[in-house]
Amino acid sequence: MIHSLFLINASGDIFLEKHWKSVVSRSVCDYFFEAQERATEPENVPPVIPTPHHYLISVLRHRIYFVAVIQSEVPPLFVIEFLHRVVDTFQDYFGVCTEAAIKDNVVVVYELLEEMLDNGFPLATESNILKELIKPPTILRTMVNTITGSTNVGEQLPTGQLSVVPWRRTGVKYTNNEAYFDVVEEIDAIIDKSGSTITAEIQGVIDACVKLTGMPDLTLSFMNPRLLDDVSFHPCVRFKRWEAERILSFIPPDGNFRLLSYHVSSQNLVAIPVYIKHNITFREGSSQGRFDLTLGPKQTMGKAVESVLVSSQLPRGVLNANLNPTQGTYTFDPVTKAGRTPAEVGSRSAGSDAPPARLAHTAREVERLKVNRLDMYGEKYKPFKGIKYMTKAGKFQRDDLVCITGVSTLTYETVTLEPSSIITFTSAGPN
Amino acid sequence: MLDSNKDSLKLEAMKRIVAMIARGKNTSDLFPAVVKNVACKNIEVKKLVYVYLVRYAEEQQDLALLSISTFQRGLKDPNQLIRASALRVLSSIRVTIIVPIMMLAIKEAASDMSPYVRKTAAHAIPKLYSLDPEQKDQLIEVIEKLLADKTTLVAGSVVMAFEEVCPERIDLIHKNYRKLCNLLIDVEEWGQVVIINMLTRYARTQFLNPNMNESLLEEGSDKTFYGSDEDEEEEEEEEEEKDKKAEAPAMAKRKPYVMDPDHRLLLRNTKPLLQSRNAAVVMAVAQLYFHLAPKAEVGVIAKALVRLLRSHSEVQYVVLQNVATMSIKRRGMFEPYLKSFYIRSTDPTQIKVLKLEVLTNLANETNISTILREFQTYIKSMDKDFVAATIQAIGRCATNIGEVRDTCLNGLVQLLSNRDELVVAESVVVIKKLLQMQPEKHSDIIKHMAKLTDNIQVPMARASILWLIGEYCEHVPKIAPDVLRKMAKSFTNEEDIVKLQIINLAAKLYLTNSKQTKLLTQYVLNLAKYDQNYDIRDRARFIRQLIVPTEKSGALSKYAKKLFLALKPAPVLESPFKDRDHFQLGSLSHLLNAKAGGYQELPDWPEAAPDPSVRNVEVFTLLERVTTLTSVPEWTKCSSREKRKEKKVEKPFYSDSEGESGPTESADSESDSASSSESGSGIEESGSGSESEESEEGSESEEEEEEEKEKDKKKKKKELKKPVQESESEQSSEEERKHERKSKQRKSESESESDEEEESESESSQSESEDSESEAEVKKKKKAAESKPSSKPVKKDNKKEKKEMSLLDLDDFEPAPSPQATPVNAFLSNSLATDLEGLSLSDAVLSPATISPSSALKSYEMLHRITGEGLSVEYCFSRQPFSPDANMVAVQMQFTNNATSDTKNLHMEDVKLQSGMRVKEFPEIELLPAGEMVTAVMGIDFCDSTQAANFQLCTHTRKFFVSIQPPVGELMRPIFLTENEFKKEQEKLLLGQLMGMNEITEKLTLDVKCRNEHSIVQRVTTAANLSRVPCGSDKECSPPVPPPDHPVHRFAGRTVTSSSLVLVTVATKEEGAAKLTINCEKMVIGTMLVKDILLALTQ
Repeated sequence: MIHSLFLINASGDIFLEKHWKSVVSRSVCDYFFEAQERATEPENVPPVIPTPHHYLISVLRHRIYFVAVIQSEVPPLFVIEFLHRVVDTFQDYFGVCTEAAIKDNVVVVYELLEEMLDNGFPLATESNILKELIKPPTILRTMVNTITGSTNVGEQLPTGQLSVVPWRRTGVKYTNNEAYFDVVEEIDAIIDKSGSTITAEIQGVIDACVKLTGMPDLTLSFMNPRLLDDVSFHPCVRFKRWEAERILSFIPPDGNFRLLSYHVSSQNLVAIPVYIKHNITFREGSSQGRFDLTLGPKQTMGKAVESVLVSSQLPRGVLNANLNPTQGTYTFDPVTKAGRTPAEVGSRSAGSDAPPARLAHTAREVERLKVNRLDMYGEKYKPFKGIKYMTKAGKFQRDDLVCITGVSTLTYETVTLEPSSIITFTSAGPN
Repeated sequence: MLDSNKDSLKLEAMKRIVAMIARGKNTSDLFPAVVKNVACKNIEVKKLVYVYLVRYAEEQQDLALLSISTFQRGLKDPNQLIRASALRVLSSIRVTIIVPIMMLAIKEAASDMSPYVRKTAAHAIPKLYSLDPEQKDQLIEVIEKLLADKTTLVAGSVVMAFEEVCPERIDLIHKNYRKLCNLLIDVEEWGQVVIINMLTRYARTQFLNPNMNESLLEEGSDKTFYGSDEDEEEEEEEEEEKDKKAEAPAMAKRKPYVMDPDHRLLLRNTKPLLQSRNAAVVMAVAQLYFHLAPKAEVGVIAKALVRLLRSHSEVQYVVLQNVATMSIKRRGMFEPYLKSFYIRSTDPTQIKVLKLEVLTNLANETNISTILREFQTYIKSMDKDFVAATIQAIGRCATNIGEVRDTCLNGLVQLLSNRDELVVAESVVVIKKLLQMQPEKHSDIIKHMAKLTDNIQVPMARASILWLIGEYCEHVPKIAPDVLRKMAKSFTNEEDIVKLQIINLAAKLYLTNSKQTKLLTQYVLNLAKYDQNYDIRDRARFIRQLIVPTEKSGALSKYAKKLFLALKPAPVLESPFKDRDHFQLGSLSHLLNAKAGGYQELPDWPEAAPDPSVRNVEVFTLLERVTTLTSVPEWTKCSSREKRKEKKVEKPFYSDSEGESGPTESADSESDSASSSESGSGIEESGSGSESEESEEGSESEEEEEEEKEKDKKKKKKELKKPVQESESEQSSEEERKHERKSKQRKSESESESDEEEESESESSQSESEDSESEAEVKKKKKAAESKPSSKPVKKDNKKEKKEMSLLDLDDFEPAPSPQATPVNAFLSNSLATDLEGLSLSDAVLSPATISPSSALKSYEMLHRITGEGLSVEYCFSRQPFSPDANMVAVQMQFTNNATSDTKNLHMEDVKLQSGMRVKEFPEIELLPAGEMVTAVMGIDFCDSTQAANFQLCTHTRKFFVSIQPPVGELMRPIFLTENEFKKEQEKLLLGQLMGMNEITEKLTLDVKCRNEHSIVQRVTTAANLSRVPCGSDKECSPPVPPPDHPVHRFAGRTVTSSSLVLVTVATKEEGAAKLTINCEKMVIGTMLVKDILLALTQ
């Protein structure tokens, strides 16, 4: 299974290595660097790289490459999924998963990796169990530890490991018993030149934060469970019950977790809450062009669209952009194009290429998953329950927005988009 | 700092060292200082030392040995976490010298109480194997043992070990197959992946291809339509046609396919895992379905796979690779999700290319227009690699779908005027391929392309154009020489590939139009003659010889035109994923399209399914019967049809017995309900009462016999009669033996009993009616007691029709010797009780009390003679205290060797118990000569439950799965109480916390034949191991004195394990009416006991 793990930062330094079997020299990463060089974008590095003796499987998260070295046949998804789980765990422990955070907590990281894999095979990956084995570092605990000399490492076998509910630790106690559920829906859409929707789909998740004493047994029922056609569950959900009654019944893990994610496919009609129009022209013979963008809300039944964000990649040749937004602010980030060969100025012409515009917004959805009720069994107290609904933009893009190739990003931000307001951006054009 | 006394300093030092290790610095010179701290009390220091040790022990083997003793101590620690971590580190230290120690440790840990430690042991197996492959055989033993483990925690890890150490030993899986299938959903996700992959391979070897019929046809149609890229629909039409034509050989081969229930079980149990949050699990299930499921069912995986496309890009990459492979074979599956594969400009290039691949595979007449429109958008992308891939995809669509060929070609030609050279070049290459299919119509395109030679610099494109012009120079007779002229000019500056094509063009033109091009060709060939590249020089020489007519090479030059201008077959544009599905999907090898190290080939479906019965495990829960389905060491190949027949025969067998005696865990039942059905049957069983069991047993064994017969019938049809006789005689003789033994027991136990008692017995058994077996039995016993040789007449009474056979068969059985350990103790204690009784009361009703324990020790069959291959085992509850452990119930087992050869080394193994239960095994029986009989006693602590104790009975040759399930009445031991004490206890129980909960009352009508005191007492004591409370004092204590003809009988006992009181009261009334009251703290026991006694008294 997984032989070794190398953590490589954006500048190509190996800043952490861990071996579960015999030591693999870090020179194996040279193959990775080669592939990295060949790829134009950081995310274009192939996830699986074969080398003469090993295979490198890498994952890019938070601008860090997690490169696993394996020696023999293993399902690649197995490794990829595990690496993502490692990143999630780091994030859970340190709040962020950056190079600095990992370097600061290198001992905890090492202990975690030691517990998560035994001889390359995953051992404990549930964060509830890991937290019992190795306490996450907090300022308070560090202080207590230095004073009392106690340790970060749990001495007892986490009870969850052996029980039928391995995801929940035992002996949980809270004074305020709370259970929060966030129903977050993201719309992915592709819109063609004429503005009609090619595909649109909803990707939803229910993230939960459950802080309940003891061993609560929760059931969650929905107003419109028929929406949940394509679902994946946290292991705690009793699948049989869902099949039979369309009710989510589960003993939750302690703390934050993703209860389920679902997918409403493109067959169902998804209304896109905003429209966007754009135009870009270049004046012949001059180095200037004009870039117009109009953004407005569609029928949203009087509700405001909040936090609209449009980002658009401009061609490499663009040096600067001056824009006059009617509402909100804009930023132009020339950094992302730094270090690349600028495209030939002469070759750019209107309408020949179509890089994307990304549009992010929060909006109300026409039909969305609604939670009916939440019940708790197995414990006697009354918990506080909260449910929040949110719609976000996922990958929302227009096929042909903005012309010419390029990488510098242009970002507009506005707080709310009232049903009546229309924003236009005009610019003196890319310079 | 490491030498300091303070833990905090040590910790600080270790932290720094670990940080250095993490950065890849060499810290091996600190080894001695670190190893010293391995025994440190502070657990964090310890852990960090472990980290260090595992990293450097390989380099410093000698010093590492210093730490071994610490781990060995750790292996014995009462804390399972420490045991596990000690084993983990010990096995992770790669020092060859300690291999034997590791082996020992693993073996020990494999039988550890804690499943966590066992899991660690499973992890340690591959470590040891990689260190020393010589240990393989021993490790396989451990794996075999761990595979039988029932905890979900262990399952994943041990299958992992299995895959690494001995993936070829598929026979180890047989017995655990169903268990693994059923546990699968509860195993942790990583284990699931490994198990599913392993089971896929297993199923491929063990089951028949569910698409057998289709594949047969596909083969047939493939032969005729080889290479054709028709739609599946078309193919299916083809199939239908074939069906109608009833292609003779295919039909002959075709058998009605019935899916093996185990195959179905696997598919059913993995399906819910498609909803897993873990992409690897979903992928594993998807590949399982793809490889194993019937065509109609594969569709379910599409939705789940499409869902994974929303995950991280790395996951997408792998999933798309697999989808691409699948979409070639099963296009229909993904068609509804076409739009999910539309490309976003934010996708990484590799994902774009893969999506394109999938889209191309999915393209057909109906959706091609939408797909092409999408492609048009993609061509505008700024990602050049992607654009090139798109153009190729268009080309592939054009070749595959005839209707759009022209549209595509036009589109591609338009691209030729694109500003981007790369786009143009790629288009040229694709157009070249397309034109080859129908060159006649497109001379204008060729002309257009000829013009491009001035601008295009990409060598591949230039070469393609030149080839085209050369190939179709007849269509463009004017332009071609001109192009050659231009090329000849720039020959020296061209790339090699272009030069070769120039030579080609020159040669072709020379042959068709030698007038215009003769000189040009000579010039080009001369240039090529002095080229740096030897390929070009070679080619030039070769062509010159071929085309320029000289005296020597006349023969060949005649054919030169044929050689060069032969019609070339159009290239087929194929998906690079075409043949990838011979790798197991989802595997690394599949992803790389190359065999990775350690990859296990996915075997082809077998022609005929191997014996499915190898997967049968313990198919019993019946109380007194044990069916043994023992493993056949090597599955015998036999045709599937036979197998199915056998199955069909077997099924009614199980269901029949189910009907008789409650739910049974039959072979293909979903055993997730196994435990419940077990207990359920237990209750019903004991509910049916002990008296009736005798008769039931008779009938059941009869049935069984019949089944055996039927099996035999199938196997050897000729020898039909013999087995019948045998089995019948067997049955009767068995019964006889039982009687014999009982009579013996009785004889030995109750010889001293008074005549009066016997008289009463015979009185009570006056009626000859058949339905009351017990009466008949009592009678038989009596007779047997009177004269042993008269056992034959007894049988005559009993079953006259079988008399002869049983007579014949009699000499098969030696007269049963009285059980070795006759319940002397029980007898003693009872007589003691009687003494006491006599002391305190000296009542007239003394003798009935004494007979209670001695009456009818019922024996149950554990191993039948036929299933046991001559070895038969019966067991009974001897009701004597088990001396080594007071909490155990003594089980007396009687082994009879009916075979012709001796049986050696009888012992038990592999005891499977419900939690809390314990077993004290009987000492190994070294030798059981043929025809002999031996008795042994074992103790079982049933924990006051009627759960069966399962174990394997091993002889020197065979293993038999057997189980012992106690009737509830045997879970208690008699205690002596006076009536006053009895009443006090009863009150106490009643006033306890759960008022009324401890008392169960049932009204009943006594059987006609057991209205007298004696028979009531006897029946109750037969049903349960209780002792009678002398009731003479009734009149003294209780004010409402029952009339003397309506006596109250009381019995008392304690449960064996928890020593809770069991008080039974039977109050008789007029006309045989009676009231049964049971007081017991254990409600379950109480209710079960009520049923038992009720049955005993009413029948």
